[in-house]
Amino acid sequence: MTKPLLELKNVVLKVNRNTPEEIMILDHLNLTINAGDFITVLGSNGAGKSTLFNAIGGDLSIDSGQILLNGKDISHESVEKRTRFLARVFQDPKLGTAPRMNVAENLLLAERRGQRRTLAPRHLNKQLDRYKEITATMHNGLDERLTTATGNLSGGQRQALSFLMATLKRPEILLLDEHTAALDPQTSQDLMHLTNERVQEQQLTCLMITHHLEDALTYGNRLIVLHHGKVTFDVAGAKKKALTTEKLYSFFAEIE
Amino acid sequence: MSLFVSAIGQGLLWAVLGVGLFLTFRILDFADMTVEGTFPLGAATAVAAISNGMNPMLATLLAFAIGAIAGLITGLLYTKGHIPILLAGILVMTACYSVNLRIMGRANVSLLGKSTLFKNHFLASLPQYFDSVFLGTLVMVVITGLVIYFLQTQLGQGFIATGDNQTMARSLGINTDNMKIMGLMVSNGLIAFGGALVAQNNGYADVNMGIGIIVIALASIIIGEVAFGDLTLNQRLVAVTLGSILYRFVLLIVLKLGFSANDLNLLSSIILALCMMLPVFKKTLNFKHILKRGLDTND
Repeated sequence: MTKPLLELKNVVLKVNRNTPEEIMILDHLNLTINAGDFITVLGSNGAGKSTLFNAIGGDLSIDSGQILLNGKDISHESVEKRTRFLARVFQDPKLGTAPRMNVAENLLLAERRGQRRTLAPRHLNKQLDRYKEITATMHNGLDERLTTATGNLSGGQRQALSFLMATLKRPEILLLDEHTAALDPQTSQDLMHLTNERVQEQQLTCLMITHHLEDALTYGNRLIVLHHGKVTFDVAGAKKKALTTEKLYSFFAEIE
Repeated sequence: MSLFVSAIGQGLLWAVLGVGLFLTFRILDFADMTVEGTFPLGAATAVAAISNGMNPMLATLLAFAIGAIAGLITGLLYTKGHIPILLAGILVMTACYSVNLRIMGRANVSLLGKSTLFKNHFLASLPQYFDSVFLGTLVMVVITGLVIYFLQTQLGQGFIATGDNQTMARSLGINTDNMKIMGLMVSNGLIAFGGALVAQNNGYADVNMGIGIIVIALASIIIGEVAFGDLTLNQRLVAVTLGSILYRFVLLIVLKLGFSANDLNLLSSIILALCMMLPVFKKTLNFKHILKRGLDTND
């Protein structure tokens, strides 16, 4: 369980390269993620949390350093290639699903994440019973709306679907970018519980950005804090359990 | 009666443009101006090839291939060159004008005395204008069928997702650049194919025959949608052909009202603009309707 799955070594990522506005968003960042880690990621706005995800996902190319997956350098692999091992859920419910396609079609797309898509028929009807079972586990009525265009779902249902899609084909790494932040408190809590359940059940390796200190403390086995593009705080196991919101607040006050 | 049949025949032959444009305008969700260049490109290719003794069937397929290459160029400019799609389309469209003149050697080439798809024993034996109805129906059944099959494949679903939500498509490992390039290639291939059909039907290709093509193709899409309302994706593709025929009827009526063929581009634009604004009108009308009902029920 402690074999490093993903390693970021001295990762530097700049935006507005070669202009007077050049900013170093990730500043020689080092992070080792072990298989089975459920890491909550904290940090103020602009600390580089989302950029870290985009660097891992391949949306942004890094300027120097290395990203290793199981020891293999993937720093220059395309977004499409990385989806073979990586799944993401975005903060905006609109980003995670195709609005004009229905729930079942979205699930079918997600099931082939990272795989070649051929001219073979999609065979959607054969999957419907199975999809009904899977969506029923979300307990939010999604199973009754398999043929509804996702654009007509509520934000909570959409986001639950996005999460389901990300985990339908087991990813080696799951990136959750404040995936409950756009939802009302109750729906947000429901999805958070469900997320925790799934991550435990499927023993997923997961990074979760959150601004909820309580969530960051409650969930996961490890907590990191990003500040000015570096990991400034990294606790796991019993040490993380001993953390309180007060301690975190005072830590934040210190580094600011 | 013969005008009626002629309109149906023309609608069917031009419907291929609507289906071609549907792939980019409705599925990928952008307006591709390239089609104004690929329509005459297809016509020029077919006419030049037939004039040089090529079998009309092969010449029409060649037109598809050349149109697809034009689409490929637009796709590369857009995805790899990061040129906005509207401008990328206009660039290729403009370039096509010169290419078309090169292919034909002059502005207008006639097919007089040459063999075409319409000149075979079977089609010649049909009553007047029924040749284009027959050929148009055959072509549209095959093309619509192929497009519908494609959209239900794994690849086709990835193609739809690309137009629907690019971020999501990429996060599922769909190469959205390739999907856009593929869509532009097939779309422009179909438009050029339509150009080849129309040129053979008219008996000539003209370098200016592309002007207003995007409006005509859009008209069949929009009229089909307006006329038939809420449809599934597959039904909408069929509705394009029906929309194209309806559009020909509208033109027929307009010409009967005393307008000349020179007014057609103006009228087409007006018809399309009105159809596209219909949702806005409906909103205001519905609002009145609701208001009226609210006032009437005073119990």
